[in-house]
Amino acid sequence: MAEKTLMKGNEALAEAAIRSGCKCFFGYPITPQTEISAYLSKRMPKVGGTFLQAESEVAAINMVYGCASSGIRCMTSSSSPGISLKTEGISYIAGADLPCVIINVQRGGPGLGGIQPSQSDYWQVTHALGHGDFHALVYAPASVQEMADYVSKAFDMADKYRMPAVILADGLLGQMMEPVCFPDTEIKMSDASNKPWATNGHGHKRPHNIVNSLYLKPDQLEDIVRDRFERYEEVKANHSEAVVDYCDDADVVVVAYGSTARLAKSAVEQARKQGIKVGIVRPVTLWPFPVQQIKDACKNAKKVLVVEMSMGQMIDDVKLAIECSKPVHFYGRTGGVIPKPAEILAEIKKLGGNL
Amino acid sequence: MPDFKKPHALTDAVMHYCPGCTHGIVHRLVAEVLDEMDIEGDAIGVCPVGCSVMAYDYFNCDVIEAAHGRAPAVATGVKRANPDKFVFTYQGDGDLAAIGTAEIVHAATRGENITVIFINNTTYGMTGGQMAPTTLPGQITQTTPYGRNPDVEGFPVRVCEMLSQLSGVALAQRVTVIDPKSVNEAKKAIRKGFEFQKNKQGFSIIEVLSTCPTNWGMTPIEALQRVKDEMIPYYPLGVYKEGAIR
Amino acid sequence: MAKMKVDFDRCKGCGLCTTACPKKIVELQTEKLNSKGYYTAVCIDDEKCIGCALCAIMCPDCAITVGGEANG
Repeated sequence: MAEKTLMKGNEALAEAAIRSGCKCFFGYPITPQTEISAYLSKRMPKVGGTFLQAESEVAAINMVYGCASSGIRCMTSSSSPGISLKTEGISYIAGADLPCVIINVQRGGPGLGGIQPSQSDYWQVTHALGHGDFHALVYAPASVQEMADYVSKAFDMADKYRMPAVILADGLLGQMMEPVCFPDTEIKMSDASNKPWATNGHGHKRPHNIVNSLYLKPDQLEDIVRDRFERYEEVKANHSEAVVDYCDDADVVVVAYGSTARLAKSAVEQARKQGIKVGIVRPVTLWPFPVQQIKDACKNAKKVLVVEMSMGQMIDDVKLAIECSKPVHFYGRTGGVIPKPAEILAEIKKLGGNL
Repeated sequence: MPDFKKPHALTDAVMHYCPGCTHGIVHRLVAEVLDEMDIEGDAIGVCPVGCSVMAYDYFNCDVIEAAHGRAPAVATGVKRANPDKFVFTYQGDGDLAAIGTAEIVHAATRGENITVIFINNTTYGMTGGQMAPTTLPGQITQTTPYGRNPDVEGFPVRVCEMLSQLSGVALAQRVTVIDPKSVNEAKKAIRKGFEFQKNKQGFSIIEVLSTCPTNWGMTPIEALQRVKDEMIPYYPLGVYKEGAIR
Repeated sequence: MAKMKVDFDRCKGCGLCTTACPKKIVELQTEKLNSKGYYTAVCIDDEKCIGCALCAIMCPDCAITVGGEANG
């Protein structure tokens, strides 16, 4: 096992990106993700990579589009308002079947909102990350270690399925420091050699490649979208992830992701000590949503409690997952307010106390 | 006298452009330069939204379709990934000088080592002839039915003049393609742009005053005359900046 | 002498070539429409063609070839 280092979440993520073979980073400053840019601006030149501060979020995502077209591993990062600006480019990336990694270190919204942690971009990342029929892979880390681990996974999965992958973090995970170790001690090699579709100059060795999302014939566009959705089915069948704890005998199951899941887990453990039969499911992938894992975990429960740092955005997906077979309650704080374990415990007690 | 035939860097596809549209001439010139420098295999074109968005069917080199206005950013991503490849954008006036103003200005000021082919035909061709940032004062378009009034719609953007103020620009030249002589001049300018790129000397832009007979409501031959009579006086031809930045 | 040759089905009949010919021997014919519905450019006097290719230089559609295999 590699040595542990104390790092901020944003920095751990940035270092992991380099070790995952990310060769180019394009970004624009925005709180609370700026450490990613700052870190990469120092590290990238040392490892022969490119760090470029773009003139806008829009330009940054389009630089990613160009770089990804060349078959090179690349990444951009931002926070909520900046992700809104990037959605045009993300739609083009999805429409052209390009792999890349996009980081969203969420802050409160809507509008300029605030700069404190939030999970109010769930709807955007899972349902509306741009115009058109498409999905992105979405990973929700809950620790600094996972900020690092999921980046590597996101790059591999993005390449495998030729689609954008998002790390949905929040200001809490980005800013806090924890010990982290990097399993990829060597920097992974990444080039276009296994990407025969890349537009990196045909060298008269193959027909010209085209990276494109324009199809003026409706039948052709429909076929292409259908093909893409067949790929999505494969992703859904094989790559949804969740962490399930204490659910076997639980009367109440809490569902929470990201940093909220950590807070909820300590509330669940306190409740257990007080004799309340409560468990927790933490979706790791928000798309594909871990439907089966949630369904199984809630099988014997009488009530479900969804906890989010928003007004309740994941709750509908949980209801769908369990097919509205039992009551789904909600507790959330928003605007940058972080729910305290004691508050969550009080909610659990409310539900657990009157079964 | 040399033979004349389609350059290799153009595909056999019949272009979708309207009769007499000078896009076809400029496509051919770019392709001829790719042939003559023997760089088709090392070239990547970036063609954003506009009439030329389907240029991926016409150029034999690798081509990336891009969002409206974003080609310089996309080209930056390609070039940073492959510094030794030849990267060019092929953009219209609405694309480059309206929705993509930030992208072109910043690619230029970074001295991004790419070549920009900029088609100025004073209108949005693909959407049916609306006012462009380059539409001349008094010019009637679908969205300036009484003629562009600078008091209301402001003034046209002179792109080469504007970009030539930036330190990152190695070449800013305005040409046209209204007769064989000007076509040859245009080709020399495009070649020069790619040579600058080859020598890693900075950002190059070649603005081509072009026609849009369909949306101007003219015959192709009348359209050539309009370039001469109305466009060149407002957009003088010539070299606005030339010299390596590095 | 190399002669200009128009690809009948590529030509869109725009007439730009007619403005460039120094011998004034390139015209749009008005007898036969091509598959796209255009009256195409033709050389009306092959003998006078000097193979200068100025017509081809102005053609937006690569519909004109001069010399080479096209002319045997």
